[in-house]
Amino acid sequence: MLALLWIELNKIYRRPRTYIAFGAMAAIVWLIQLALYFDGQAYVDLLLSNLSGSFEFSDLFKSHLLNGYLICFVILNTLLIQMPLLVALVAGDAIAGEAAQGTLRFQLTRPITRAQLIGVKFAAAVVYVISLLLWLAILALLGSVLLFGINDLVVLRSTGIEQMQMDDVFWRYLAAFCFAAVALTTVAALSLLLSVLADNPIGPIISTMSVVIVFTILSEMNIPLYDTTVKPWLFTTHMVAWKGFFYVQADAEGTTIRGSIENLPAVFRSLGILLGYIVLFLGAAIYIFRRKDILT
Amino acid sequence: MKTILLLLSFCWTSGVFAQPAADLVRSVQSKLDRVANYAASGRMKTNVIFLKAPIARVQVYFKKPNQLRILNEKGISFIPRGSMNMDMSQLFIDPAGFDLLDLGSDPKTGWRIIKLLPRDPQSEVVLSTIYVDAAAGLIRRSSTTTRENGTFELEMTYGAYAEYGLADKVIFSFNSQEYKLPKGITFDYDDGTGKRSASSGKPSKGRVEIQYTNYQINKGVPDSVFR
Repeated sequence: MLALLWIELNKIYRRPRTYIAFGAMAAIVWLIQLALYFDGQAYVDLLLSNLSGSFEFSDLFKSHLLNGYLICFVILNTLLIQMPLLVALVAGDAIAGEAAQGTLRFQLTRPITRAQLIGVKFAAAVVYVISLLLWLAILALLGSVLLFGINDLVVLRSTGIEQMQMDDVFWRYLAAFCFAAVALTTVAALSLLLSVLADNPIGPIISTMSVVIVFTILSEMNIPLYDTTVKPWLFTTHMVAWKGFFYVQADAEGTTIRGSIENLPAVFRSLGILLGYIVLFLGAAIYIFRRKDILT
Repeated sequence: MKTILLLLSFCWTSGVFAQPAADLVRSVQSKLDRVANYAASGRMKTNVIFLKAPIARVQVYFKKPNQLRILNEKGISFIPRGSMNMDMSQLFIDPAGFDLLDLGSDPKTGWRIIKLLPRDPQSEVVLSTIYVDAAAGLIRRSSTTTRENGTFELEMTYGAYAEYGLADKVIFSFNSQEYKLPKGITFDYDDGTGKRSASSGKPSKGRVEIQYTNYQINKGVPDSVFR
């Protein structure tokens, strides 16, 4: 199995297309960093415009606010919506790409079960997801920290502000990146399922993108009844649960409790739902693939 | 005889024999006038309904006549608008002076309640009420209503620097404006707690508490601090 995984990884990482994702991510991250490096004050002013009636903000405050941790949060907010699309580029190609090239039937002549083949393809997609996230961590977290330094992290929510001390932030990013790995693996599993259903990689890649975009829009909508029935079960609702690590508990006087998470059970619940989706998508992929006539 | 005793006791309780308000305010003011500038370290606790913030170490700088700056030199602290009013000498800054209205003593604390009405009709301060501990010659509590920034309330606890009229602990209450950002911008994760704990979006009272640890009085404060 390890040898098979190695072959699959070789296939993924030898394809120039794979590096489009790495290049696109680098370009987006650098552009955001560049923009904030030269015009960060304007961005901070925009962020604080809603608060200027209650608080006064000195230049020192603004320069402290615009630190590497905040920049990384901004980048993750932007990129973790787009990254599923980059994951779909590889995972959607896993089976359908082989079918399109006519190598799938040949692959199945090996002494492995179809379930094992799907398992190996999925494992390779997971490795790809992790490598993408490591790349993002290097660019967004390490790069921003080197460029902007560190300070307390201030996270703006729609109805409140969370502030964490600088030595209480790094572990939250580690946890967030681990969570993001699970969230993106869900997309990889979905893409693999759609890949099993197609004989051309374009279909599963575009279908995955469409599902993620439509479901993300649905996750952001607030409609009575739907809010409590459908929305809590959409996987895209839970893909943003990495932010839960940046929502802190406070005591009765509003003082942040160091090392706390506002609602850890909710984050675990989201993790459980995403893992459930991974099992569902992967199970469905194996079920369908085992019964599929392989004609190419 | 009975009538005279009754009259005397009435005069005593109604403050007729108490120090006149103007003298009391003058004695408070003279204490504050001894401070031309100061730098102080402090621990600041912020309590605003929509904000969760850690306790911060801050530096407070003051320079006459009306420069006050609270700085968190290493981290981030949300400083309320109008924090300049944390310094008591701001009350007496109006060059046109003010009229006094003596409201007698607070029955619980015994502090004298004096209202200060600025004579200048353009003054930023509309009305101030101070609660003066006459025995110590210190302002214990104040409430100031301004034209632009609403009403501020201050509560002071004194210690080692009482002779300068400088408090060891100040609780500053202020009106905080509403806070709300569109969900489409923040892409919040709905963990189910937001609805319970966060701001309703309506204005409310905020509170900042500063516990001073040491003062450097009249040692000079550079102007660059206030820029």
